[in-house]
Amino acid sequence: MSGRWRLAAGGNDLDRSRPIRFEFDGRAYQGLQGDTLAAALLANGVHLVGRSFKYHRPRGIVAAGPEDPNALVTVRRDAARTTPNLNAGQVELYEGLVASSQNRWPSLRFDVGRVNDLLSRFIPSGFYYKTFMWPRTAWHRLYEPRIRAAAGLGMAPAEADPDCYAQRYGHCDVLIVGAGPAGIAAALTAARSGARVLLCDEQPQCGGSVRAERAARIEGKPAAEWLRDAMQELAQAREVTVLSRTTAFAYLPHNMVALSERLTDHLAAPPPGKPRERLWQVRARQVILATGAIERPLVFPGNDLPGVMLAGAARSFLHRHGVLPGNRVALLTAHDESYGTALDLKNAGVDIVGLADLRPRASGALVEAARRAGVPIRAATTAIGTRGNLRISAVGLSALDADGSVSGAPEWVDCDALLVSGGYTPSVHLHSQARGKLRWDGAAQSFVPAAAGQPCRSIGACSGLTGAALAEVFSQAAAAACAALEACGIAARPASFTTSDDMTSGGSWLGALPLPGAMRGGKAFVDWQNDVTAADLALAVREGFRSIEHIKRYTTTGMATDQGKTSNLNALAIAAQQLGRPIPEVGLTTFRMPYLPVGFGGLAGYARGELFAPLRKTPMYDWAAARGAVFEPVAMWQRARYFPQSGEDMHQAVARECQCVRRTCGLFDASTLGKIEVAGPDAVEFMNRMYVNSWNSLQVGRCRYGILLRDDGFVYDDGVVARIAADRLHVTTTTGGAPRVLGMMEDYLQTEWPDLKVWLTSTTEQWAVIAVQGPQARAVLEDLVGQADISAAALPHMAMTRGLVCGVPAMIFRVSFTGELGYEINVPADYGAEVWNAVWQAGQAHGMCAYGTETMHVLRAEKGYIIVGQDTDGTMTPDDAGLGWAVGKSKSEFIGMVSLRKPALRDPDRKQLVGLLTADPRHVLEEGSQIAATPGQRPPMRLVGHVTSSYYSPVLGRSIALAVVSGGRARHGQTLYVPTPRGETAVTVTQPVFYDPKGERLNA
Amino acid sequence: MLVIPCPYCGPRPELEFSYGGQAHVLRPAAATNPDPAGWNAFQYERANTRGLHAERWRHVHGCARFFNVIRDTTTDEVLRSYRSGEK
Ligand SMILES: [Zn+2]
Repeated sequence: MSGRWRLAAGGNDLDRSRPIRFEFDGRAYQGLQGDTLAAALLANGVHLVGRSFKYHRPRGIVAAGPEDPNALVTVRRDAARTTPNLNAGQVELYEGLVASSQNRWPSLRFDVGRVNDLLSRFIPSGFYYKTFMWPRTAWHRLYEPRIRAAAGLGMAPAEADPDCYAQRYGHCDVLIVGAGPAGIAAALTAARSGARVLLCDEQPQCGGSVRAERAARIEGKPAAEWLRDAMQELAQAREVTVLSRTTAFAYLPHNMVALSERLTDHLAAPPPGKPRERLWQVRARQVILATGAIERPLVFPGNDLPGVMLAGAARSFLHRHGVLPGNRVALLTAHDESYGTALDLKNAGVDIVGLADLRPRASGALVEAARRAGVPIRAATTAIGTRGNLRISAVGLSALDADGSVSGAPEWVDCDALLVSGGYTPSVHLHSQARGKLRWDGAAQSFVPAAAGQPCRSIGACSGLTGAALAEVFSQAAAAACAALEACGIAARPASFTTSDDMTSGGSWLGALPLPGAMRGGKAFVDWQNDVTAADLALAVREGFRSIEHIKRYTTTGMATDQGKTSNLNALAIAAQQLGRPIPEVGLTTFRMPYLPVGFGGLAGYARGELFAPLRKTPMYDWAAARGAVFEPVAMWQRARYFPQSGEDMHQAVARECQCVRRTCGLFDASTLGKIEVAGPDAVEFMNRMYVNSWNSLQVGRCRYGILLRDDGFVYDDGVVARIAADRLHVTTTTGGAPRVLGMMEDYLQTEWPDLKVWLTSTTEQWAVIAVQGPQARAVLEDLVGQADISAAALPHMAMTRGLVCGVPAMIFRVSFTGELGYEINVPADYGAEVWNAVWQAGQAHGMCAYGTETMHVLRAEKGYIIVGQDTDGTMTPDDAGLGWAVGKSKSEFIGMVSLRKPALRDPDRKQLVGLLTADPRHVLEEGSQIAATPGQRPPMRLVGHVTSSYYSPVLGRSIALAVVSGGRARHGQTLYVPTPRGETAVTVTQPVFYDPKGERLNA
Repeated sequence: MLVIPCPYCGPRPELEFSYGGQAHVLRPAAATNPDPAGWNAFQYERANTRGLHAERWRHVHGCARFFNVIRDTTTDEVLRSYRSGEK
């Protein structure tokens, strides 16, 4: 069979010396180096490549490029390297390529889902919305999974992506998107002027339509030779970068264009470690868009059979790959260029069985040449249908009456391919993404770029010059390049390009083709990929949809992965006709990025695995890891959660650690606490304005628990603040809150109180913080602190001093988050591990244990110390949290002060922090549990609060919980009820302090 | 990604900055005993401008300064920037 569809010679893209074996749906085929999968399949006579989304109709290759709506395939290298939804026109053939069709079961040729087609009168547009509405829960559980399975678009691999992806930024004077004749001419002009140029093209080789050019000569050379020379000149230009296989998929603000460069997908054996794709973010001073135009299919019944192909695609396959679409070819067109295609195919030995032109008359050089060559031309002729099962076998042609209607009987013309053309739609996607305006060009019957939204220019076919002579395109491109250079302040050296034997063409058809009255309602496809027909669009209008955006969403036209590249204008024309309004009045739907689908791998780039987010480790991390600590992520820190000894689970380890701290002492890594140094002559006044507390009375060497609100009056952060010098405060914050607290401080300092002389420095990572907590803490440290006096008299609770600890300069804070006698030794981070180890060694004689954040949580909850963000939720005032005592009473300003005056924030029924004790001491409540005031309620229940912290306290031998309860402080002693999955639990409201309420241990 | 002209450092890519909301929202000092309506306006009322919008940005991964930018919210065009306290 092979050979009938591949010419013995020709094919600009081919290397005929390199045959390539590949596999499609389990069958082996042969292609040539330079083929796309689409070209190679056609060369083997394979047109059937997929089943449609909704009706499972057989579908073939329609286009030669990425705009093809049908030919989506899955390419498999291995289980992890399996990529679905690739366009066969974009997949480059390599030795051993394995591809398969999608959306068919059990096989492409026999697909059970085809029954949808027979039932299609029951699945009109909006079917999903209308049918699957009730009951609502069934949508997620039943309908949607079934619909998704039936309308599959290929399967993503289950394995992690083993490839790597690169990302980089690009900067240039002029970015040129599209290396067709216009883009190359612009690039040559800019390059010769010395500008920094980036030229990209989505194809493996640059040239665009020049690669399928049949006769024209440029600069006195055949087009192919000129192209080779031009690309060589650009390759040698110092400031020029040419990127092939690179799709500009998003036009972002401030002239940034995102490019996706495919690096290894075309290789049989990608080198290990080489990035598969590179995402470029290019900031261009000027952008030139030369993105070309996309040919429109024609809308008539049966227009979706395999073998129906765009005429320009057939010409591209012929000239670039030496591939024939069929051996008996019919054409149906409204564009002159199809005559050239017919002529070229005829010259290649194809039997042209007829060329039907929808227009009453066509003229021009191409038309005359075809006529002279004996192409059987039928003017004013339409198609009313096709015949064939998995491949077209005949097309029904009918003459159009003078008024454009169809009355006579059709003539069925046998063919194995039907090439169609409704003219060209300029690719204005990027221009529109850049928020440029569009203008309806009545003569060209298309939307063309008007005012640009950013410094960019459109040239060539995408500017509306479809079918124009090359000479006109070149002069426009050179002029645009000069204008762009001038805008960059670069002296342009105008270039000109001579051409000869290039021909112009024109013609257009929008919307559905006319049909005999009896045939209205046949399946004339507009959007192949989403199976939207002309009748669906008409139905949407009949049902009352008026906006094209609504019609689009209701019918799903243009919403598939191809984003309606071939279909949107036809859909618009049909809607406009149904609405009885001109096309420009109905308007286009929004062009959205990406222009083509982009893989997640490329977008994620390096941000995967260890590089997904920074991992912060304290100086003591290695020590903890070596002792088998279990870590938990807190903000971006890795914190030791507990230190299990052999055979212990978390509860056992935490119970042991808790008991140890309360009986002897424990060692805890508090280095992750946020630390901000507030320095300057106005440091105290600044803190007065920031925090609720009064700081004037805080002596040097003393600490105070500080509370920071937002201006809405709610607790934002807390922490111990030490006055380490007259003009200097050491402010600690929560581990997660450090960056936002510093940001908030900077905000108020810079913009509200710029008069204050204050400097803020983040010192979080400068200090390692070694917490020694428990009755033996002083005994452990006494021998290590040298001259520093840490006796109860010299260093009472909430005092700090400086000294040498193990010979290292340190700040020693007498502070406690456990309720025990405790110290936090701050040493420069580089000494952290060394000092920690020394303290650990000294502690062994005193029964010291290391403890983690889980034990820290239990110990602090036993004392009723809140954790901001756990026991508060952004709606709690200091008074709600039982911290009203901290608010300075005679202050003139602090953040949140005005809000705290609001009656709503002083309401005695506000939720207040309380303790809860369950009737069953073994029952540990779930954090987040709701609380009811009366028992036995049925939903909807009246709830008065919720549990914020809940633990089993090993020291108390029972469960404890913190909660916020409406009017909670007035409820001490009351019984409340917590609904749980196992039934209601009675709880008693208590003070939130469960252990050592008088603080005797703390002040020991 | 926008290009933001920091009045201290010059034009830099947006990822060096953090957004700071509408500019020139006056915060009444507590000592002035602001009325509830005025305080609520400061806290919650924003213009949601379509068109030219004065907004705060912070060059958080640069000089760390807050400053103001005039940006057209319909086009993202940045017309100018100026230091806090300036007009
Ligand atoms: Zn700056």
